[in-house]
Amino acid sequence: MKRESKSGAWMVLLGAAALLVLVTALENTLNPTSNIMLFMALQKGAVYALVAVSMNLLNGFTGLFSLGQAGFMLLGAYTYAILTMPVENREAVYYIYNGCAVNFSLPELLGGGPVGLVLGVVIALILGGCAAAAVAWLIGLPVLRLKSDYLAIATLGFGEIIRAIFQWDKLGPVTNGANALKSFPTFSSFNIPGGLRLSTFMAFLLAGICIAVIVLLINSTYGRAFKAIRDDEVAAEAMGIHLAKHKRLAFCISSFFAGVGGGMFVMFANQAQAKTFTTAMTYEILLIVVIGGIGSVSGSCIAAFLYVAASEWWLRFLDTEIILSNGFKVPFLRTGFRMVVFSIIIMIVVLFFRRGIMGDKELPDLLRPRRKEGAGK
Amino acid sequence: MQYAISILLSGISLGGQYALIAIGYTMVYGILRLINFAHGDVFMVAGLMMVYLSAALPLGLALPLVLLLTVLLGFLIERAAYKPLRTAPRMSVMISAIGVSYLLQNLATYATGGLPQMYPEIPGLSATVTIAGTSVKWATVVTPFLVVALVIALTQLINHTKTGMAMRAVAKDFETAQLIGIRLNAVISVTFVIGSFLAGIGSMLYFTNYQSVVPLSGALPGLRAFVAAVFGGIGSVPGAVVGAFIIGLSESVIKGSNWSVFSDAFTFALLIVILVVKPTGLFGEKVTDKV
Repeated sequence: MKRESKSGAWMVLLGAAALLVLVTALENTLNPTSNIMLFMALQKGAVYALVAVSMNLLNGFTGLFSLGQAGFMLLGAYTYAILTMPVENREAVYYIYNGCAVNFSLPELLGGGPVGLVLGVVIALILGGCAAAAVAWLIGLPVLRLKSDYLAIATLGFGEIIRAIFQWDKLGPVTNGANALKSFPTFSSFNIPGGLRLSTFMAFLLAGICIAVIVLLINSTYGRAFKAIRDDEVAAEAMGIHLAKHKRLAFCISSFFAGVGGGMFVMFANQAQAKTFTTAMTYEILLIVVIGGIGSVSGSCIAAFLYVAASEWWLRFLDTEIILSNGFKVPFLRTGFRMVVFSIIIMIVVLFFRRGIMGDKELPDLLRPRRKEGAGK
Repeated sequence: MQYAISILLSGISLGGQYALIAIGYTMVYGILRLINFAHGDVFMVAGLMMVYLSAALPLGLALPLVLLLTVLLGFLIERAAYKPLRTAPRMSVMISAIGVSYLLQNLATYATGGLPQMYPEIPGLSATVTIAGTSVKWATVVTPFLVVALVIALTQLINHTKTGMAMRAVAKDFETAQLIGIRLNAVISVTFVIGSFLAGIGSMLYFTNYQSVVPLSGALPGLRAFVAAVFGGIGSVPGAVVGAFIIGLSESVIKGSNWSVFSDAFTFALLIVILVVKPTGLFGEKVTDKV
């Protein structure tokens, strides 16, 4: 048994490394302007994969139905943006508030240059995650006592409260009020001018490391405790699992990675604005988790890429009118039709493929030859 | 003084409109234990249908037709999206509700092209009247009375008719109700029909006051109404109404002060406080979990 899980781990590691190499190769061989949709889908997909896995940790593995993900992403996003924005840009971005109250930038503090950039970005992302985790700890004190639907609606409420606070103009010198934060390092800052293009590689690397940490956690004793809580709270408590402690831990860790994901999201989007982190975003991520299979990390990752690619790229043609060569105008096609088709697809998945793409299995489980009944005992 | 009265009036009318939506949430939750996230969007679609139908038909015909179509929409949503999941875990049904809400919003964006639609004037409701020096629309004045009348009618229905008795039985115990011969699907359909009907009326009153309908205009009123339902004790109709008036009034007061950014934040803070202090809401019944 031990040996098998070890070989599985090697397989996953090799697969991840191959994926990274493939992405870098793609990025440096294909023309970045004509394939912009591909790289956009890949980057956004990587970010969403991380956030979806973090939500899956909570909803799928611990059985806590939380809808506050967008709020935690917002915390991470703003922390990242404020900490990494170059000082000389601050005057222009915060022009309404006559400059920013925070007058340092991590990449510059760390000496600037490529090393400072990488270190600064990583530290800012981690701090963003910590900010989200700290708030999650505070929120968790009252909220984690609630059950299922009530927990969902309370966390949803907290997401909205966080958004309102960040849009408050009294905090303008820090958060720039309802206006967007711009000109901080993004994924494309990692493209070496005249050399390797590393923007998509960076997105995959960061998301991959975070997801790997989550997977390790899920396979640890803590992860087993989380699953026990999901399956039966009362039985778990009777087995000596400290319910409150483990729930809080799962909530904070999930929020930490949501915060990191939020930071990566603004790296992808090039700007941070509170109004993008709405409940609709949480729903999007929840749908990804469901499509991938609740309780499957690899399912969430696959679903994130499929979701992003389908909604932003593959179905894009539905938004423009097509007139065939014989003058026949294809009916229905106009702005907005893409999302209608897309939501119908989602409804079909939710209604008829209830277990999602992977169910609660992982990718290596499918590759491994099926053992005979009882052989594992 | 004048200002205070205008805030009070708008708060009461807002509360009444939320109450009409909240009843739909609370009844569905009482029976199916499902947060019907699509309910706010049904409310929005009712507003949009009014915009389109009143442009094509005389108002006397459009009004009842809108109510009829809204009811039909609610019924169809239940049959198509929730009934197939009757035996599935509760989370799947909730996700299906989120999916329906997403679909309705996207359909509305497609139909309107994303542009705000002007709500038609309804004679009688859109006219203004002056009360204690503040001029308000009739819709504002009519709302609380209409709500009270409808709620009395609804409680009569729930407490004194056979259908109402069946609804209470199903809310109490799903399986036993089925065993004693209650037609589950019929009861659930009636619940959705009533909820959608009230949401349709609510949308007429709400949009007469706010005038423009956008695809997202159902989302926030829907959430606030749900908060109201939880606040009053989910599953209880009078609780939902009381909760809705409290939420409506506090929103109106905060919108009128310097803290208007925090109106929704306050609503949710209120929700969290009540959930922590009294998880079953003001009028909710205590439930004990069996192991």
